[in-house]
Amino acid sequence: MKNDLILQTVTKVAVFIILLFSISIFFGGHYSPGGGFVGGLMTSAAIVLLLLAYDLNTVAKILPVDYKIMIATGLLISALTVAGGAIFDVPLMTHAYKYFDLPILGHTSLHTAVLFDLGVYLVVVGVTMTIIQTIGEDE
Amino acid sequence: MSSLHWVVFSPFLLAIFVPLLFKQFRRIHTGWFVLILPIILFVYFLQFIVVTSSGNTVMERADWIPSLQIGIDLYVDGLGLLFALLITGIGSLVVLYSVFYLSKETEKLNQFYVFLLLFMGAMLGVVLSDNLIGLYMFWEFTSLSSFLLIGYWNERERSRYGAQKSLLITVLGGLSMLGGFVMLGFMGQTFSIRELISQSAEIFAHPLFIPAMLLILLGAFTKSAQFPFHIWLPDAMEAPTPVSAYLHSATMVKAGIYLVARLSPIFAESGVWLWLISAVGLVTLFWGSFSAVKQTDLKGILAFSTISQLGLIMSLLGLGAAALHFENLDDNIYMAATVAAIFHLINHATFKGSLFMAAGIVDHETGTRDIRKLGGLLPFMPITFTITVIGGFSMAGLPPFNGFLSKEMFFTGMVNVLALDIFNMNTWGVLFPVIAWIASVFTFLYSMILIFKTFTGKAQLEKLEKKPHEAPMGMLISPIILASLVITFGIFPNLLSASLIEPAVSSIQPLLAQNDFHVHISFWHGWWTPELWMTIGVIAIGIILYLTLSKWKGIYGILSQRYSLNALYDWILSTMDNFSRALSDRVMTGSIRNYLVYIFTAFFLLLGVSLFGKGAFRLEFGNIAPIGLYEIILAFALVIGSISILFAKSRLTAIILLGAVGYTVSLFFVLFRAPDLALTQLVIETISVALFLLCFYHLPKLTSRKEERLTFKVTNAIISVGVGVVIALIALSSHSQKLFDSISSFYLEKAYTEAGGKNVVNVILVDFRGLDTMFEITVLGIAALGIFAMIRLRLTRRNDQL
Repeated sequence: MKNDLILQTVTKVAVFIILLFSISIFFGGHYSPGGGFVGGLMTSAAIVLLLLAYDLNTVAKILPVDYKIMIATGLLISALTVAGGAIFDVPLMTHAYKYFDLPILGHTSLHTAVLFDLGVYLVVVGVTMTIIQTIGEDE
Repeated sequence: MSSLHWVVFSPFLLAIFVPLLFKQFRRIHTGWFVLILPIILFVYFLQFIVVTSSGNTVMERADWIPSLQIGIDLYVDGLGLLFALLITGIGSLVVLYSVFYLSKETEKLNQFYVFLLLFMGAMLGVVLSDNLIGLYMFWEFTSLSSFLLIGYWNERERSRYGAQKSLLITVLGGLSMLGGFVMLGFMGQTFSIRELISQSAEIFAHPLFIPAMLLILLGAFTKSAQFPFHIWLPDAMEAPTPVSAYLHSATMVKAGIYLVARLSPIFAESGVWLWLISAVGLVTLFWGSFSAVKQTDLKGILAFSTISQLGLIMSLLGLGAAALHFENLDDNIYMAATVAAIFHLINHATFKGSLFMAAGIVDHETGTRDIRKLGGLLPFMPITFTITVIGGFSMAGLPPFNGFLSKEMFFTGMVNVLALDIFNMNTWGVLFPVIAWIASVFTFLYSMILIFKTFTGKAQLEKLEKKPHEAPMGMLISPIILASLVITFGIFPNLLSASLIEPAVSSIQPLLAQNDFHVHISFWHGWWTPELWMTIGVIAIGIILYLTLSKWKGIYGILSQRYSLNALYDWILSTMDNFSRALSDRVMTGSIRNYLVYIFTAFFLLLGVSLFGKGAFRLEFGNIAPIGLYEIILAFALVIGSISILFAKSRLTAIILLGAVGYTVSLFFVLFRAPDLALTQLVIETISVALFLLCFYHLPKLTSRKEERLTFKVTNAIISVGVGVVIALIALSSHSQKLFDSISSFYLEKAYTEAGGKNVVNVILVDFRGLDTMFEITVLGIAALGIFAMIRLRLTRRNDQL
């Protein structure tokens, strides 16, 4: 696995495509197939591809992220979004949304559900990568 | 949230800041900051005396879980106020005492005061709650803080043992009490004590009346250390002395008494109530005082004495219930028992508090509490001696101290039993005054032992760890205040009668107190009253027994340690321990294959039995969509892939085959036009295959280790086939019969109008069932951290060994 030139060359291009696609389906989740869960999994898939093509240390150098903190951040964001209802005195999990006409994006909706989904996204990436990293390091 | 709520929660709030204060102001003893709060609260509660003594009450509500009728409803009446004053008053003195008792250099003051404040708030909550569930919550908080405080010196083995014992016994009682509360709530359709009292007649007729009463009494008896649950209290003496004085004599152990007093209006009609409480109380009174005599530890004597005094109050409250059956009597002699109970409750807090503090001083200044080593301390500690004499004489029931008055009233209550002609009291009731009198003799005896074995006789300075000297002034203030209260209440008992005792008694006996009820405690009843001669007898016999103590002490050796209640408790614990260890050793073999067998067998049996047992099985192929060529091909691919896994030679092949099966399933989703599911399934398959590859890359090959290759086992085959068949049947059955309309149309309609999203799957995930998602990701996070911790801990342990 240390000398997979073809895999490594393909990975360099493919990882960006997968990442961009994952972000796209993450944001599009409310209107077309996708969402935080799939988006997070796909991002993890991109990182796993990197892991397969290179090795743990290289990937850790490229992406110096502590995935455990990522889990915590994601949970916090989601929990705060859920608890937001308490501040505005509406039932928990009530989302607010509105449509805006933004410059480049055109007619877009801004939705608090995306905040909740962001939490889900972070947790999924964090969980998958924490598990893979710890098992990978344990030889 | 009213000011009363803030008052009850203020100790909890202050507790948050205690560690901060401890850290920031290391040079000032943290106790000084804490001391301010109970003093303010005491003054605050003093204002309520005006309210309750004129017969009024205060009620403040705050909702907690309104749908279940659970709230933090605070209710101040005579009884609650009396306890609130005790909690804050004794609390102030105890905090002041602890400032000098616990060194700020060596002790973990931040923890100590957090626990103490936790207790104070919880105890205020117990005595002021009108809602039974709120009361229960605070009740368990007191058990918890007591546990933490007993185990405060957690490096000592005895502390941990005592803490565990108290927690196990009191929480066992608390749990059964909760059961009783739920039954009460069920009978009265409310958890409010006041509303329950107003329907006491209906509750009395309900079949659950006796079970509820017994369960609640179990809670009260365990908390108030009544026989045979008293065994936790002597072991609780491992706590620092201020804690013993506060929790384990003045306040927390009286929570059971409070509960009995508070619920008297509901239960007191019953003969079981009267008999059970007064009998248990008397047995406790006797056993406690009898056992106290043989103790050699100062705090041990005080612990058993507390048990016996709690029994005394309990028995009086039980007898007070007799008053309900004589409503017509103008001069209701049985009211005297309730009055005596309340009066003695106050007196006990004062004299026992001062005695505990004096014992703490002796311990602090000599280094031991063993009366065999102590003796002749009088010249060294004259002030402590004076305090002990006042407290001890009051406890023994000697004039002119307050203990004398309540002991007289106690005798009055017991003698009145002879005139009682209900519930067969006229037969066995004769025993009541006899037991009460014998117990009082022993009470006198241990009081004398406490005073004279410690302070008179020959000093044995060589056995003491320190050279004894009088305690610093600050440590003496609190016991001096309590001792002067002992004298004040002894000489002017009617200071309390209108302000505290009358309102408290009228909370316990609301019906009787209505017709112009007044308490007058008098010192002198005349020469020819039985009470006076009983007291004289107690003193005479007590002195004789004290002087001949060494001759008859042998009777304590008759009851061997092997058959004590403590041995029973230890036996129960170790048996339970051994049993559960044997069971888990048997079941938890450590082999994942066995666990899978358990899981799938249970799965197979439970689902199979309920599928056929409930008659849910049905096959109908009426409304299925036509099966196309693609479906057939995919199904074949699935079956072939699954079967080939079984015959795979290497792990790598098995993993790839598993992945192939997963991808085929996702193609099914594509066919059924579920893009979200297909996408998720695809990505998950990709990642899990990659993960497996990563995991197994380093493992040895299957062929190189023969034992890894599974032999064919019939039972395993049956289980696996069975699970598969049952699941398939359930899927088919659920398709064949639609009992309800599908919920999906609701989601399809509302997804855009209510949640503003067009992807229904995602809208369900983040909005309609968002709370599910919230908890799912929480579980995911926990699982990841668990895997991380397990693998990492194993790695570090391995590194430690190298």
